[in-house]
Amino acid sequence: MWDYSEKVQEHFFNPRNAGAVDEANAVGDVGSLSCGDALRLTLKVDPQSEVILDAGFQTFGCGSAIASSSALTEIIKGMKIDDALGVSNQDIADFLDGLPPEKMHCSVMGREALQAAVANYRGEEWKDDHEEGALVCKCFAIDEVMIEDTVRANGLRTVEEVTNYTKAGGGCSACHEGIEEILTRVLAESGERFDPNAVAGEIRKPKSGLTNLQRMKRIEELLAEIRPNLQRDHGDVELVEVDGKYIYVKMIGACAGCQMAATTLGGIQQHLAEGLGEFIQVLPAEELARRAAMGG
Amino acid sequence: MTDGIYLDNNATTMVAPEVVEEMLPFFSEQFGNPSSLHRFGDKVGRAVKKARKQVQALLGAEHDSEIIFTSCGTESDSTAILSALKAQPDRKEIITTVVEHPAVLTLCEQLEKEGYTVHYLEVDKKGRLDIRAYYKLLSDNVAIVSVMWANNESGTLFPVKEMAEMARSAGVMFHTDAVQAVGKLPIDLKSTAIDMLSLSGHKLHAPKGIGVLYLRRGVRFRPLLRGGHQERGRRAGTENAASIVALGKACEMAREAMDYEKTFVKAMRDRLEQGMLERISHCFVTGDANNRLPNTCNIAFEYIEGEAILLLLNKMGIAASSGSACTSGSLEPSHVMRAMDIPFTAAHGSVRFSLSRYNTMEEVERVIEAMPPIVEQLRKLSPYWSGDGPVEEPEKAFAPSYA
Repeated sequence: MWDYSEKVQEHFFNPRNAGAVDEANAVGDVGSLSCGDALRLTLKVDPQSEVILDAGFQTFGCGSAIASSSALTEIIKGMKIDDALGVSNQDIADFLDGLPPEKMHCSVMGREALQAAVANYRGEEWKDDHEEGALVCKCFAIDEVMIEDTVRANGLRTVEEVTNYTKAGGGCSACHEGIEEILTRVLAESGERFDPNAVAGEIRKPKSGLTNLQRMKRIEELLAEIRPNLQRDHGDVELVEVDGKYIYVKMIGACAGCQMAATTLGGIQQHLAEGLGEFIQVLPAEELARRAAMGG
Repeated sequence: MTDGIYLDNNATTMVAPEVVEEMLPFFSEQFGNPSSLHRFGDKVGRAVKKARKQVQALLGAEHDSEIIFTSCGTESDSTAILSALKAQPDRKEIITTVVEHPAVLTLCEQLEKEGYTVHYLEVDKKGRLDIRAYYKLLSDNVAIVSVMWANNESGTLFPVKEMAEMARSAGVMFHTDAVQAVGKLPIDLKSTAIDMLSLSGHKLHAPKGIGVLYLRRGVRFRPLLRGGHQERGRRAGTENAASIVALGKACEMAREAMDYEKTFVKAMRDRLEQGMLERISHCFVTGDANNRLPNTCNIAFEYIEGEAILLLLNKMGIAASSGSACTSGSLEPSHVMRAMDIPFTAAHGSVRFSLSRYNTMEEVERVIEAMPPIVEQLRKLSPYWSGDGPVEEPEKAFAPSYA
């Protein structure tokens, strides 16, 4: 069955803060019955200091839903509500030493219950922008709605492009058929047909409208934005060459020779593509040398 | 037997020790290719022949050549349906049911994309078919009817013998996925109008990786795998001799144990069900309680979720399965529970206990003792529950924001 961490199991078997809090002054109900997950979070907030004095949960859901609820209450107890609102679903998952990709929505539900409870405390109406579709890519936990939206927003036409923008399909390839079906459906909305032979990125020209110099500077800026993430892992990246849609970079420090280098390059590519608003391909500097040697 | 109480026999079964013993020589000294002329192969060829007879006997098939060994139930289902379509290219319709196993449903969904029309028969709240609706759909356009003999989740039996007769009189091929029925119910194919039947070895104490397609003599057929002459060219590929021998032995044992299934296994199932219904409030049996497999009991525990139940059962060494969305990682509860219109608050809490002749009454009593505290513990956490019962008007009292 699921590969639950010890911590998930521990929080499921011995949930903390189960049940409703007495004299609660904040209640958040979220979830979806059809999905089999629903959560009520009750909080007792000190009106003067806005500190969460107590938190309790009631959950209709699976092992990881109960563990996520338990983790959430443990994390936020003693926090000021403004600080608590900064708790992300990833924080909840991290607290539990990770969740299987199919179960990440349990941590999302926790964060949303918190937002709903705080809105309730402040007398506001909470509107969720939550939309979740069937999980398509299990390697990177990307759902249908996310892929559809990205395809629409960026006019994507191939599985490769979908992988470049969302990571979906970048792992085991099992979902490529599913991604093609989404492309067929979304392209049909605008009267187009999905062409399985189309080559990624070559259908459209770069549409950034920047001069070469501006574009180069923008690329440097975008790389600077992700640099802290790499440096945190004792690595770095350096821009080597820009040749049209091909951007060559050199991985430095711990990133050089790292087993995750391909994934890291994928992440850089996604960030650059989004920042430039055009389709580009990020390649390792070694590739430049190889292409030069081949005379191309 | 291993530690723990195994009540998930509709998922897979323990390989019977006698079956293991029977198949072991075929991994070592009996390694020959059954197609070979020399004595290394000949011995294995004879063993495969014996196994075919043993399967024939369990199914009540008229000829042993009607037995085609495959790799699994799924392969048998795919072979049957695709064969019917290829052999009758002018017929573009398929009749099946909404509660079939994914082995049939997913294939049918794909065939729809390829231009075929699939009629999905619906079921009522007890999981029963509307036979008149079925009758109306039979026509010259239908290539094949594929209806399961017994449902894997609820155990509900479909009247496949009657349905096969109706198909025959309309001139339509009839296939049944009998993966859950074979070995649990007496079957005599020669006295029926069933044209094709799928079975899977690992559901009846043979190993995984071996299945059978029964193909009535005279039924038009197109192979799924073409190649060598194995299985008379109807399923190419060197025979999985060890598993074929194992399946033969398992079929022989299942035939001998048939009365035991109908009486003792059924008695254990009934005791388990009655024990739980007595001790636990707000739970009910799903499916057609009066017409189902003797080993299967599916109970929906309201206001709690199945995966959580399974995890707590597992902690106590008890194995069962659930139709909840969370166990499969999908977003919705089992298609079988939804088809029977079981409310979401109950469908997610449905748990299937499926027994075998290797279970004991003592194990059943232990499960009856174990369940009430588990249900109570989870209901304490449930927003739909308060004290000893559900909150008043549960669906209104707790209506989460994105329902």
